[in-house]
Amino acid sequence: MGLVARGDQEAFGAVYDAVCGPVLGLVRSVLRDPAQSEEVAQEVLVEVWRTAAAYRENRGSAMNWVLTMAHRRAVDRVRSAQAATDREQRAALLDRTPAFDEVAEQVEARLEREQVRRCMRSLTELQRQSVSLAYYRGLTYREVAELLTVPLGTVKTRLRDGLIRLRDCLGVTA
Amino acid sequence: MTVADLHTLTGAYALHALPEDEREAFEHHLSDCEACAQEVKELAATAGRLGLAVTVTPPPAMKEAVLRTVAQVRQEVPGHGHPVHHASVPGRARRLSRLVLAACLAAAAGLGGVAVWQYDRADQAREEARQAQDRADAVAEVLGAPDARTTSARIGDGASGTVVVSRSRDKAVFVGAGLARPAEGKVYQLWFDDHGAMRPAGLIDSDRTADTVLMAGRIGDASGMGITVEPAGGSKQPTSDPVALMELPA
Repeated sequence: MGLVARGDQEAFGAVYDAVCGPVLGLVRSVLRDPAQSEEVAQEVLVEVWRTAAAYRENRGSAMNWVLTMAHRRAVDRVRSAQAATDREQRAALLDRTPAFDEVAEQVEARLEREQVRRCMRSLTELQRQSVSLAYYRGLTYREVAELLTVPLGTVKTRLRDGLIRLRDCLGVTA
Repeated sequence: MTVADLHTLTGAYALHALPEDEREAFEHHLSDCEACAQEVKELAATAGRLGLAVTVTPPPAMKEAVLRTVAQVRQEVPGHGHPVHHASVPGRARRLSRLVLAACLAAAAGLGGVAVWQYDRADQAREEARQAQDRADAVAEVLGAPDARTTSARIGDGASGTVVVSRSRDKAVFVGAGLARPAEGKVYQLWFDDHGAMRPAGLIDSDRTADTVLMAGRIGDASGMGITVEPAGGSKQPTSDPVALMELPA
Protein backbone atom coordinates (compact mmCIF):
# COMPACT_ATOMS: atom_id res chain seq x y z
CA MET A 1 0.00 0.00 0.00
CA GLY A 2 2.93 2.28 0.70
CA LEU A 3 4.07 1.94 -2.89
CA VAL A 4 0.54 2.50 -4.13
CA ALA A 5 0.31 5.69 -2.09
CA ARG A 6 3.43 6.90 -3.88
CA GLY A 7 1.85 6.34 -7.27
CA ASP A 8 3.32 2.96 -8.16
CA GLN A 9 0.85 1.57 -10.68
CA GLU A 10 2.49 -1.82 -10.75
CA ALA A 11 2.05 -2.16 -6.99
CA PHE A 12 -1.55 -1.11 -7.44
CA GLY A 13 -1.96 -3.91 -9.97
CA ALA A 14 -0.86 -6.41 -7.33
CA VAL A 15 -3.23 -4.92 -4.76
CA TYR A 16 -5.97 -5.03 -7.37
CA ASP A 17 -5.38 -8.74 -7.92
CA ALA A 18 -5.59 -9.40 -4.21
CA VAL A 19 -8.72 -7.43 -3.41
CA CYS A 20 -10.79 -7.32 -6.57
CA GLY A 21 -12.52 -10.70 -6.15
CA PRO A 22 -13.56 -10.04 -2.55
CA VAL A 23 -14.65 -6.47 -3.39
CA LEU A 24 -16.79 -7.53 -6.33
CA GLY A 25 -18.26 -10.47 -4.41
CA LEU A 26 -19.21 -8.31 -1.47
CA VAL A 27 -20.68 -5.50 -3.58
CA ARG A 28 -22.63 -8.03 -5.61
CA SER A 29 -23.98 -9.64 -2.48
CA VAL A 30 -25.44 -6.30 -1.40
CA LEU A 31 -26.53 -4.89 -4.76
CA ARG A 32 -27.44 -8.09 -6.63
CA ASP A 33 -27.42 -6.33 -10.01
CA PRO A 34 -24.26 -7.52 -11.82
CA ALA A 35 -23.71 -4.44 -13.98
CA GLN A 36 -24.25 -2.03 -11.13
CA SER A 37 -22.04 -4.14 -8.88
CA GLU A 38 -19.20 -4.00 -11.35
CA GLU A 39 -19.56 -0.26 -11.60
CA VAL A 40 -19.46 0.19 -7.83
CA ALA A 41 -16.57 -2.25 -7.46
CA GLN A 42 -14.60 -0.24 -10.01
CA GLU A 43 -15.35 2.96 -8.11
CA VAL A 44 -14.09 1.35 -4.92
CA LEU A 45 -10.86 0.20 -6.56
CA VAL A 46 -10.20 3.64 -7.99
CA GLU A 47 -10.90 5.02 -4.51
CA VAL A 48 -8.26 2.66 -3.11
CA TRP A 49 -5.76 4.17 -5.52
CA ARG A 50 -6.86 7.71 -4.83
CA THR A 51 -6.83 7.51 -1.04
CA ALA A 52 -4.06 4.93 -0.49
CA ALA A 53 -2.14 7.47 1.58
CA ALA A 54 -4.95 7.50 4.13
CA TYR A 55 -4.53 3.82 4.89
CA ARG A 56 -3.07 3.19 8.35
CA GLU A 57 -1.56 -0.15 9.20
CA ASN A 58 -2.37 0.25 12.86
CA ARG A 59 -6.07 0.32 12.07
CA GLY A 60 -6.16 -3.11 10.48
CA SER A 61 -5.22 -5.00 7.35
CA ALA A 62 -5.31 -3.41 3.92
CA MET A 63 -7.82 -6.03 2.86
CA ASN A 64 -10.12 -5.00 5.64
CA TRP A 65 -9.69 -1.32 4.87
CA VAL A 66 -10.71 -1.97 1.28
CA LEU A 67 -13.62 -4.24 2.18
CA THR A 68 -14.96 -1.70 4.66
CA MET A 69 -14.88 0.91 1.92
CA ALA A 70 -16.56 -1.47 -0.51
CA HIS A 71 -19.33 -2.35 1.93
CA ARG A 72 -19.93 1.29 2.80
CA ARG A 73 -20.28 2.21 -0.86
CA ALA A 74 -22.53 -0.70 -1.69
CA VAL A 75 -24.73 0.09 1.29
CA ASP A 76 -24.93 3.77 0.35
CA ARG A 77 -25.89 2.82 -3.18
CA VAL A 78 -28.55 0.36 -2.14
CA ARG A 79 -30.07 2.80 0.34
CA SER A 80 -30.24 5.68 -2.09
CA ALA A 81 -31.77 3.41 -4.70
CA GLN A 82 -34.21 1.89 -2.28
CA ALA A 83 -35.51 5.23 -1.14
CA ALA A 84 -37.12 5.37 -4.54
CA THR A 85 -38.28 1.80 -4.92
CA ASP A 86 -40.94 -0.11 -3.14
CA ARG A 87 -39.89 -1.81 0.02
CA GLU A 88 -42.17 -4.76 -0.23
CA GLN A 89 -39.58 -6.70 -2.10
CA ARG A 90 -37.76 -6.87 1.18
CA ALA A 91 -39.77 -9.85 2.27
CA ALA A 92 -38.14 -11.79 -0.52
CA LEU A 93 -34.79 -11.12 1.08
CA LEU A 94 -35.64 -13.48 3.87
CA ASP A 95 -35.61 -16.40 1.49
CA ARG A 96 -32.16 -15.67 0.28
CA THR A 97 -29.04 -16.71 2.01
CA PRO A 98 -25.67 -15.23 1.10
CA ALA A 99 -24.55 -16.08 -2.35
CA PHE A 100 -22.10 -18.71 -1.24
CA ASP A 101 -22.64 -20.62 -4.44
CA GLU A 102 -21.40 -17.72 -6.51
CA VAL A 103 -17.96 -17.60 -5.05
CA ALA A 104 -14.92 -18.20 -7.08
CA GLU A 105 -13.28 -21.51 -6.60
CA GLN A 106 -10.14 -20.08 -5.16
CA VAL A 107 -8.24 -21.67 -2.39
CA GLU A 108 -8.33 -18.67 -0.10
CA ALA A 109 -11.93 -17.91 -0.90
CA ARG A 110 -12.87 -21.47 -0.36
CA LEU A 111 -11.07 -21.54 2.97
CA GLU A 112 -12.80 -18.35 4.08
CA ARG A 113 -16.16 -19.59 2.95
CA GLU A 114 -15.90 -22.87 4.81
CA GLN A 115 -14.74 -21.15 7.97
CA VAL A 116 -17.46 -18.52 7.82
CA ARG A 117 -20.09 -21.10 7.03
CA ARG A 118 -19.01 -23.20 9.99
CA CYS A 119 -19.04 -20.22 12.32
CA MET A 120 -22.37 -18.95 10.98
CA ARG A 121 -23.83 -22.27 12.02
CA SER A 122 -22.73 -21.61 15.58
CA LEU A 123 -25.03 -18.56 15.80
CA THR A 124 -28.62 -18.61 16.91
CA GLU A 125 -31.15 -18.28 14.12
CA LEU A 126 -31.92 -14.68 15.05
CA GLN A 127 -28.25 -13.73 15.26
CA ARG A 128 -27.51 -15.32 11.92
CA GLN A 129 -30.45 -13.68 10.16
CA SER A 130 -29.74 -10.29 11.66
CA VAL A 131 -26.05 -10.33 10.75
CA SER A 132 -26.74 -11.69 7.24
CA LEU A 133 -29.45 -9.17 6.45
CA ALA A 134 -27.40 -6.26 7.73
CA TYR A 135 -24.11 -7.23 6.15
CA TYR A 136 -24.94 -9.17 3.02
CA ARG A 137 -28.08 -7.21 2.17
CA GLY A 138 -27.13 -3.81 3.48
CA LEU A 139 -30.20 -3.29 5.68
CA THR A 140 -30.18 -0.92 8.64
CA TYR A 141 -30.90 -2.47 12.01
CA ARG A 142 -34.30 -0.77 11.94
CA GLU A 143 -35.12 -2.50 8.67
CA VAL A 144 -33.88 -5.79 10.05
CA ALA A 145 -36.14 -5.38 13.09
CA GLU A 146 -39.11 -4.60 10.87
CA LEU A 147 -38.43 -7.52 8.61
CA LEU A 148 -37.97 -10.03 11.40
CA THR A 149 -40.68 -8.39 13.54
CA VAL A 150 -38.50 -8.17 16.62
CA PRO A 151 -37.87 -5.14 18.85
CA LEU A 152 -35.15 -2.68 17.83
CA GLY A 153 -33.18 -3.32 21.00
CA THR A 154 -33.14 -7.04 20.30
CA VAL A 155 -31.69 -6.55 16.83
CA LYS A 156 -28.97 -4.21 18.13
CA THR A 157 -27.99 -6.78 20.71
CA ARG A 158 -28.15 -9.70 18.26
CA LEU A 159 -25.94 -7.86 15.76
CA ARG A 160 -23.40 -7.26 18.48
CA ASP A 161 -23.41 -10.64 20.20
CA GLY A 162 -23.68 -12.42 16.84
CA LEU A 163 -20.57 -10.64 15.59
CA ILE A 164 -18.77 -11.27 18.85
CA ARG A 165 -19.48 -14.96 18.54
CA LEU A 166 -18.26 -14.92 14.93
CA ARG A 167 -15.15 -13.02 15.98
CA ASP A 168 -14.31 -15.66 18.56
CA CYS A 169 -15.17 -18.55 16.26
CA LEU A 170 -13.06 -17.12 13.41
CA GLY A 171 -10.26 -16.19 15.76
CA VAL A 172 -10.23 -12.56 14.61
CA THR A 173 -7.74 -10.34 16.36
CA ALA A 174 -7.49 -6.65 15.76
CA MET B 1 -29.88 7.49 24.39
CA THR B 2 -27.81 6.31 27.34
CA VAL B 3 -24.17 5.39 27.13
CA ALA B 4 -25.02 1.74 27.72
CA ASP B 5 -27.39 1.91 24.76
CA LEU B 6 -24.69 3.45 22.63
CA HIS B 7 -22.28 0.73 23.57
CA THR B 8 -24.54 -1.99 22.20
CA LEU B 9 -24.35 -0.27 18.80
CA THR B 10 -20.81 -1.50 18.09
CA GLY B 11 -22.17 -4.42 16.08
CA ALA B 12 -24.62 -2.38 14.04
CA TYR B 13 -21.94 0.24 13.43
CA ALA B 14 -19.37 -2.31 12.25
CA LEU B 15 -21.97 -3.68 9.82
CA HIS B 16 -22.89 -0.22 8.51
CA ALA B 17 -26.40 -0.88 9.77
CA LEU B 18 -26.95 2.44 11.53
CA PRO B 19 -29.06 5.16 9.94
CA GLU B 20 -27.09 8.34 9.23
CA ASP B 21 -28.12 10.31 12.33
CA GLU B 22 -27.39 7.47 14.72
CA ARG B 23 -24.08 6.82 13.02
CA GLU B 24 -22.97 10.35 13.71
CA ALA B 25 -24.03 10.12 17.33
CA PHE B 26 -22.20 6.86 17.73
CA GLU B 27 -19.03 8.15 16.08
CA HIS B 28 -19.07 11.01 18.51
CA HIS B 29 -19.33 8.55 21.39
CA LEU B 30 -16.59 6.43 19.83
CA SER B 31 -14.08 9.23 19.99
CA ASP B 32 -14.06 9.07 23.77
CA CYS B 33 -14.80 5.40 24.45
CA GLU B 34 -11.63 3.42 23.99
CA ALA B 35 -13.26 0.09 24.77
CA CYS B 36 -15.92 0.74 22.11
CA ALA B 37 -13.27 1.70 19.56
CA GLN B 38 -11.38 -1.53 20.17
CA GLU B 39 -14.56 -3.56 19.91
CA VAL B 40 -15.55 -1.81 16.70
CA LYS B 41 -12.13 -2.55 15.27
CA GLU B 42 -12.50 -6.23 16.05
CA LEU B 43 -16.06 -6.48 14.82
CA ALA B 44 -15.22 -4.61 11.63
CA ALA B 45 -12.40 -7.08 11.03
CA THR B 46 -14.92 -9.87 11.62
CA ALA B 47 -17.28 -8.29 9.08
CA GLY B 48 -14.37 -8.25 6.64
CA ARG B 49 -14.12 -12.01 6.99
CA LEU B 50 -17.79 -12.28 6.03
CA GLY B 51 -16.89 -10.24 2.97
CA LEU B 52 -14.01 -12.50 2.00
CA ALA B 53 -16.37 -15.46 2.17
CA VAL B 54 -18.35 -14.23 -0.85
CA THR B 55 -15.36 -13.62 -3.10
CA VAL B 56 -16.04 -14.04 -6.80
CA THR B 57 -13.81 -14.17 -9.86
CA PRO B 58 -13.84 -10.72 -11.43
CA PRO B 59 -14.15 -10.36 -15.19
CA PRO B 60 -10.66 -9.79 -16.68
CA ALA B 61 -11.81 -6.68 -18.56
CA MET B 62 -12.50 -4.97 -15.25
CA LYS B 63 -8.81 -4.79 -14.41
CA GLU B 64 -7.96 -3.01 -17.63
CA ALA B 65 -10.79 -0.57 -17.05
CA VAL B 66 -9.65 0.21 -13.51
CA LEU B 67 -5.98 0.50 -14.46
CA ARG B 68 -6.90 2.84 -17.32
CA THR B 69 -8.92 5.05 -14.97
CA VAL B 70 -6.28 5.00 -12.28
CA ALA B 71 -3.64 6.24 -14.72
CA GLN B 72 -5.66 9.45 -14.97
CA VAL B 73 -6.73 9.88 -11.36
CA ARG B 74 -4.71 12.14 -9.12
CA GLN B 75 -3.97 10.69 -5.70
CA GLU B 76 -4.64 12.40 -2.42
CA VAL B 77 -1.46 13.52 -0.73
CA PRO B 78 -0.80 12.13 2.74
CA GLY B 79 -2.25 14.26 5.50
CA HIS B 80 -0.09 16.33 7.81
CA GLY B 81 1.02 14.97 11.15
CA HIS B 82 0.37 11.40 10.11
CA PRO B 83 3.50 10.29 8.34
CA VAL B 84 2.91 7.29 6.15
CA HIS B 85 5.32 4.52 6.89
CA HIS B 86 6.32 3.09 3.61
CA ALA B 87 8.42 0.30 5.03
CA SER B 88 6.26 -2.71 4.54
CA VAL B 89 5.44 -4.98 7.41
CA PRO B 90 6.56 -8.50 6.55
CA GLY B 91 3.45 -10.15 7.90
CA ARG B 92 1.12 -8.09 5.86
CA ALA B 93 3.23 -8.33 2.76
CA ARG B 94 3.18 -12.06 3.11
CA ARG B 95 -0.55 -12.11 3.49
CA LEU B 96 -1.01 -9.95 0.44
CA SER B 97 1.28 -12.05 -1.70
CA ARG B 98 -0.55 -15.11 -0.48
CA LEU B 99 -3.78 -13.56 -1.65
CA VAL B 100 -2.25 -12.55 -4.94
CA LEU B 101 -1.23 -16.13 -5.34
CA ALA B 102 -4.74 -17.18 -4.49
CA ALA B 103 -5.95 -15.00 -7.32
CA CYS B 104 -3.56 -16.82 -9.61
CA LEU B 105 -5.11 -20.02 -8.46
CA ALA B 106 -8.49 -19.00 -9.75
CA ALA B 107 -8.09 -21.63 -12.39
CA ALA B 108 -7.84 -24.31 -9.77
CA ALA B 109 -11.24 -25.67 -10.51
CA GLY B 110 -12.82 -28.77 -9.11
CA LEU B 111 -12.89 -27.77 -5.46
CA GLY B 112 -16.14 -29.36 -4.53
CA GLY B 113 -17.59 -28.13 -7.76
CA VAL B 114 -20.07 -30.07 -9.78
CA ALA B 115 -18.34 -32.76 -11.69
CA VAL B 116 -19.84 -33.61 -15.00
CA TRP B 117 -19.60 -37.26 -15.62
CA GLN B 118 -20.37 -38.75 -18.95
CA TYR B 119 -20.60 -42.45 -18.62
CA ASP B 120 -22.51 -45.03 -20.54
CA ARG B 121 -23.54 -46.86 -17.45
CA ALA B 122 -25.66 -44.99 -14.99
CA ASP B 123 -24.60 -47.04 -11.99
CA GLN B 124 -20.96 -46.44 -12.72
CA ALA B 125 -21.74 -42.75 -13.02
CA ARG B 126 -23.50 -42.81 -9.68
CA GLU B 127 -20.62 -44.60 -8.04
CA GLU B 128 -18.12 -42.16 -9.52
CA ALA B 129 -20.28 -39.24 -8.46
CA ARG B 130 -20.55 -40.62 -4.96
CA GLN B 131 -16.79 -40.99 -4.75
CA ALA B 132 -16.33 -37.48 -6.10
CA GLN B 133 -18.74 -36.18 -3.51
CA ASP B 134 -16.91 -38.05 -0.77
CA ARG B 135 -13.64 -36.56 -1.96
CA ALA B 136 -15.21 -33.11 -2.13
CA ASP B 137 -16.57 -33.55 1.39
CA ALA B 138 -13.18 -34.68 2.65
CA VAL B 139 -11.54 -31.68 0.98
CA ALA B 140 -14.16 -29.33 2.42
CA GLU B 141 -13.55 -30.77 5.85
CA VAL B 142 -9.86 -29.93 5.68
CA LEU B 143 -10.46 -26.47 4.22
CA GLY B 144 -13.13 -25.75 6.78
CA ALA B 145 -11.14 -26.93 9.76
CA PRO B 146 -10.63 -24.23 12.38
CA ASP B 147 -6.88 -24.77 12.24
CA ALA B 148 -6.51 -24.91 8.43
CA ARG B 149 -3.23 -23.33 7.35
CA THR B 150 -1.79 -22.85 3.89
CA THR B 151 1.61 -22.66 2.32
CA SER B 152 2.38 -22.05 -1.32
CA ALA B 153 5.24 -22.43 -3.74
CA ARG B 154 6.02 -21.81 -7.36
CA ILE B 155 6.46 -24.95 -9.38
CA GLY B 156 8.67 -24.36 -12.38
CA ASP B 157 7.50 -21.85 -14.94
CA GLY B 158 4.13 -20.32 -14.26
CA ALA B 159 2.73 -23.12 -12.15
CA SER B 160 2.08 -23.03 -8.45
CA GLY B 161 1.02 -25.30 -5.67
CA THR B 162 -0.69 -24.66 -2.38
CA VAL B 163 -0.96 -27.07 0.49
CA VAL B 164 -3.73 -26.69 3.04
CA VAL B 165 -3.04 -28.48 6.28
CA SER B 166 -5.32 -29.21 9.19
CA ARG B 167 -3.40 -30.67 12.11
CA SER B 168 -6.60 -31.41 13.99
CA ARG B 169 -7.94 -33.46 11.06
CA ASP B 170 -4.43 -34.78 10.42
CA LYS B 171 -5.09 -34.34 6.70
CA ALA B 172 -3.71 -32.18 3.92
CA VAL B 173 -5.06 -30.96 0.59
CA PHE B 174 -2.88 -30.07 -2.37
CA VAL B 175 -4.03 -27.55 -4.96
CA GLY B 176 -2.00 -27.25 -8.11
CA ALA B 177 -2.50 -24.61 -10.76
CA GLY B 178 -1.02 -24.49 -14.20
CA LEU B 179 1.03 -27.65 -13.81
CA ALA B 180 2.52 -28.74 -17.12
CA ARG B 181 1.01 -31.98 -18.33
CA PRO B 182 3.42 -34.80 -17.50
CA ALA B 183 5.03 -36.70 -20.38
CA GLU B 184 3.21 -39.69 -21.81
CA GLY B 185 3.23 -42.56 -19.33
CA LYS B 186 4.19 -40.25 -16.44
CA VAL B 187 2.21 -38.90 -13.53
CA TYR B 188 2.68 -36.37 -10.75
CA GLN B 189 2.97 -38.06 -7.39
CA LEU B 190 2.58 -36.38 -4.01
CA TRP B 191 4.69 -37.30 -0.99
CA PHE B 192 4.75 -36.56 2.68
CA ASP B 193 8.24 -35.82 3.86
CA ASP B 194 8.80 -37.62 7.17
CA HIS B 195 12.00 -35.78 8.00
CA GLY B 196 13.78 -36.98 4.92
CA ALA B 197 11.87 -40.18 4.25
CA MET B 198 9.31 -39.75 1.49
CA ARG B 199 5.93 -41.40 2.03
CA PRO B 200 3.53 -41.78 -0.94
CA ALA B 201 0.52 -39.44 -0.65
CA GLY B 202 -1.38 -40.06 -3.85
CA LEU B 203 -1.31 -39.12 -7.53
CA ILE B 204 -2.58 -36.12 -9.42
CA ASP B 205 -4.97 -37.14 -12.19
CA SER B 206 -2.94 -36.72 -15.39
CA ASP B 207 -5.88 -35.37 -17.34
CA ARG B 208 -5.95 -32.28 -15.22
CA THR B 209 -3.27 -29.70 -14.74
CA ALA B 210 -5.23 -27.66 -12.21
CA ASP B 211 -6.62 -29.78 -9.50
CA THR B 212 -7.37 -30.27 -5.88
CA VAL B 213 -6.22 -33.48 -4.31
CA LEU B 214 -6.86 -34.76 -0.83
CA MET B 215 -3.44 -36.11 0.04
CA ALA B 216 -3.61 -39.80 0.85
CA GLY B 217 -2.82 -40.86 4.36
CA ARG B 218 -2.29 -38.94 7.56
CA ILE B 219 0.08 -36.04 8.00
CA GLY B 220 1.50 -37.74 11.06
CA ASP B 221 4.99 -36.48 11.76
CA ALA B 222 5.55 -35.15 8.25
CA SER B 223 7.38 -31.84 8.21
CA GLY B 224 6.98 -31.24 4.53
CA MET B 225 5.63 -32.50 1.23
CA GLY B 226 7.00 -32.97 -2.22
CA ILE B 227 5.93 -33.60 -5.79
CA THR B 228 7.78 -35.78 -8.26
CA VAL B 229 7.12 -37.07 -11.74
CA GLU B 230 6.78 -40.84 -11.67
CA PRO B 231 5.88 -43.62 -14.08
CA ALA B 232 2.11 -44.07 -14.51
CA GLY B 233 0.63 -45.72 -11.46
CA GLY B 234 3.12 -44.08 -9.12
CA SER B 235 6.14 -45.39 -7.25
CA LYS B 236 6.87 -46.57 -3.74
CA GLN B 237 9.85 -44.27 -3.53
CA PRO B 238 10.58 -41.16 -5.59
CA THR B 239 12.53 -42.07 -8.71
CA SER B 240 13.22 -38.52 -9.83
CA ASP B 241 14.17 -35.17 -8.36
CA PRO B 242 11.20 -33.33 -6.89
CA VAL B 243 9.59 -30.61 -8.98
CA ALA B 244 8.60 -28.97 -5.72
CA LEU B 245 9.26 -29.33 -2.01
CA MET B 246 7.31 -27.45 0.60
CA GLU B 247 7.46 -27.27 4.33
CA LEU B 248 4.11 -27.87 5.93
CA PRO B 249 2.76 -25.07 8.09
CA ALA B 250 2.99 -25.86 11.79
